[in-house]
Amino acid sequence: MNTAVVTFPGSNCDRDMMVAIAEVFGKQPTQVWHRDTALPDRVDFIALPGGFSYGDYLRSGAMAANSPIMREVKAAAARGVPVLGVCNGFQVLAEAGLLPGALMRNAGQRFVCRDAQLKVENTQTLFTAGYEAGETITIPVAHHDGNYFADEATLDALEGDGRVVFRYAHATNGSRRDIAGIVNESGTVLGMMPHPERAIEAAHGGTDGRRLFESLARSLAEAA
Amino acid sequence: MATNASQITPEVVEQHGLSPEEYERVLNALGREPNLLELGIFSVMWSEHCSYKSSRLHLKKLPTEAEWVICGPGENAGVIDIGDGQAAIFKMESHNHPSYIEPYQGAATGVGGILRDVFTMGARPVANANALRFGRPDHPKMKHLVQGVVAGIGGYGNCVGVPTVAGETNFDPAYDGNILVNAMTVGVADADKIFYSAATGVGNPIVYVGSKTGRDGIHGATMASADFEEDAEAKRPTVQVGDPFTEKLLIEACLELMATDAIVAIQDMGAAGLTSSSVEMASNGGVGIRLKMDDVPQREEGMTPYEMMLSESQERMLMVLKPGREPQARAIFEKWELDFAVIGEVTDTGRMVLDFEGETVCDIPLGPLADDAPLYDRPYLSREEYTQWAKITPMKNVPDSADVGADLLKLMGSPALASRRWIFEQYDRQVGADTLQTGGDAGVVRVHGTKKALAISTDCTPRYVHADPYEGGKQAVAEAYRNLCAVGAKPLAITNCLNFANPQRPEIMAQIVHALDGMGEACRTLDFPVVSGNVSLYNESKATGGGSAILPTPAIGGVGLVADYDTLTSIGFKGEGDAIYLIAPEFWAKPDPVRSHLGKSLWLKEIHGRDEGRAPPVDLLAERGAGEIVLRLIEEGLLSAVHDCSDGGLAVTLAEMALAGNIGAEVTANDAYTPAQWWFGEDQSRYVVTVSPDKVEAFNAIVAEGPESEAAALVGFRRLGTVGGDSLLGVEVDELRAANEAFFQEWMEG
Repeated sequence: MNTAVVTFPGSNCDRDMMVAIAEVFGKQPTQVWHRDTALPDRVDFIALPGGFSYGDYLRSGAMAANSPIMREVKAAAARGVPVLGVCNGFQVLAEAGLLPGALMRNAGQRFVCRDAQLKVENTQTLFTAGYEAGETITIPVAHHDGNYFADEATLDALEGDGRVVFRYAHATNGSRRDIAGIVNESGTVLGMMPHPERAIEAAHGGTDGRRLFESLARSLAEAA
Repeated sequence: MATNASQITPEVVEQHGLSPEEYERVLNALGREPNLLELGIFSVMWSEHCSYKSSRLHLKKLPTEAEWVICGPGENAGVIDIGDGQAAIFKMESHNHPSYIEPYQGAATGVGGILRDVFTMGARPVANANALRFGRPDHPKMKHLVQGVVAGIGGYGNCVGVPTVAGETNFDPAYDGNILVNAMTVGVADADKIFYSAATGVGNPIVYVGSKTGRDGIHGATMASADFEEDAEAKRPTVQVGDPFTEKLLIEACLELMATDAIVAIQDMGAAGLTSSSVEMASNGGVGIRLKMDDVPQREEGMTPYEMMLSESQERMLMVLKPGREPQARAIFEKWELDFAVIGEVTDTGRMVLDFEGETVCDIPLGPLADDAPLYDRPYLSREEYTQWAKITPMKNVPDSADVGADLLKLMGSPALASRRWIFEQYDRQVGADTLQTGGDAGVVRVHGTKKALAISTDCTPRYVHADPYEGGKQAVAEAYRNLCAVGAKPLAITNCLNFANPQRPEIMAQIVHALDGMGEACRTLDFPVVSGNVSLYNESKATGGGSAILPTPAIGGVGLVADYDTLTSIGFKGEGDAIYLIAPEFWAKPDPVRSHLGKSLWLKEIHGRDEGRAPPVDLLAERGAGEIVLRLIEEGLLSAVHDCSDGGLAVTLAEMALAGNIGAEVTANDAYTPAQWWFGEDQSRYVVTVSPDKVEAFNAIVAEGPESEAAALVGFRRLGTVGGDSLLGVEVDELRAANEAFFQEWMEG
């Protein structure tokens, strides 16, 4: 399995993402630099990690969405290559138009770092097949701009199509309908604010994030 | 020389913070009158911050060595051996004054500065911690200050990607006009890849990397007189502005270059910027230095060498490279889109020579700049005189607690003990995915890819230090030691951040001298040396109607090593039926008027509004013994929870364990004590531990074995009760939680 983690200059969860993927997939991902113009050959999965891409002094992820490597990520996503964007990665995916909506400043105006309880709303995706329907899982959040916004029609469409994958069990950042993670129409691109790569082993205090990567690894193995 | 001798009037000398006597020393060192630039350089190098002129004599008395110390004070940060060819590098530093003027940027750049001190030496920063002191919450400025400082610390650390894992926050009216922001960073490096600041190799290139130099932070040395320069705007002092994104790039670029062998020496540009970094690098290497100021990357046009040398612009580093390695280094810094400029070379003259626009604008002999620096043996009060001055007397008419549960509830809701959730949720505590524990006695981060972990704790109880600087200095070190032991870490070394008021007052100097004596005593007995530190003096202000001098606040940052993180312990009660024990010095079995008990206690202050009595003394040998016992029991896997006993005494310790575990306990008092003494006394060197029923036998066997050392012989066990139920001392755990969470919630949201 060939996996890739995109590193922007201000990414700071890239190593954590690489460790998590290597642990679950049993093979080291390729680290792709933001100025690179190509992804690894026959890439099976691309992750956009958390951090502050280019400092995010403009809207979070806005500049990263226009970086050279994102052209390649968009092309790969169009071919159906699974893409996971976590935290800043979700912001980049939204800014790049790969996912609808926007991540605004948290309703409380403050950075929020805590264990979030998430309801798994759809277990029929590549990323969530390993969770129980209706299950509540615990995954940490750590962000300043995680307040998900989309217009009502878009939200209704997302809900209707089962594209709301994770929902906060308790209000966390002001997100519309407490949305924590969504997928694209084909279900192959997942953006989420919580950090599954921080819940991989017992030492992290919980392993609910590990199952996301395991689900994906299994789905990809089955498809291969 | 572009010298204009008429510039140096007595007023100009005074504005540079030099006394007439110190200016005589400048004349001596130079053998002539300085120009303005040279005066500026002398003034910052001889400032309290850079020269430690009031504290140096006394700092020398601190123990700085142990088998595991690789590098003690004097470099950018301290370095200790943590086994397997790895080293931990750490330091704590103050950013008090800027944080009062502009809390967000002041605190943010404080974090940035301490991060640079650590990665300069070759370490990847793995954890941040802090120690914050604010004034009374109802002071009109205080909410704004707390919000700004916390957001600034978070804003910088979160972006750079270093988890903030430990900290403490106090409130006292003595900080109304002078808050304290002390930031600490811990990093990990390969023990054979530590980078130092000594410049060597005549002809080697001196390289500037990072952000451009602007006019920010040229404060202490800024002129108010119009004949200094026509443009008054340029003289307005400003607080430095931090850019964590650039810092992140700087970390990655420096570590990438450090993986090669191109670097001879490296130093960050912190306080006094280019001046102190270049002077220190040259002095440490016993060489000279020549810089071409025209080549310094500049953010603004028309900057003078004076401004460039005294600017405190952030995110800049100075390094000496091996000859011919510039292209390799340049490529790395260009990859990370950072400025890179060769601005000079190492010389054999022993002088600092600066050229600008074809002229030599500064020529200072470095030997005299260091050797002739002022050193003061300032007068101070003896311990007895100080006690009289501070009006510390044994308490009379000590009250008792009429309702222990009600008192506990009130204490848990007080600003001193209220939950810090509002603060710590603004810090990314897990980035790096190696954080194992926060919110307990110490923050713990795994050493990446190993079973080892580093425990970090910041500690000081300023009200004790004020009442008795010697005992308070001991206590700060002892509490750091205790907090590390409580999670199962062997305490290795400390960094200190010494915040005091004006040392020219003998009573303040007494606080400094006696606190350092106490601290040194504790470090020696606990084998817990000081490897780095920072001194911040003149923390006093009458500007806002607060008290003038801060409480003496020698903050300690302790670092310990957990050999195998599977043995880590935490404070929360774990299960119904676990037995609760107090581990404490044997002499604690009955009260003793010599030991104060309720003096300077939070209970006395919060419940009775009395801030009096003596600070609790620390028996250092017993402290060591209690620590050894706790570490042994943790290593054997026998303890289900451990918490040190500190602010608020035994009842508060138990309450915090109940809240963390969300379960109550049945506990009984010791009738030899009054309820107030027993439940709320702040006697030292004590731990509360729990033992699960299946471990009781093994636990008792070890207790029966008896002490393993002279120190351990001083320590005893006392059964306090049993974990279970949903209340503690007659108060529901939920009620305690509500009280504990309310203060910040109401203050910030209200």
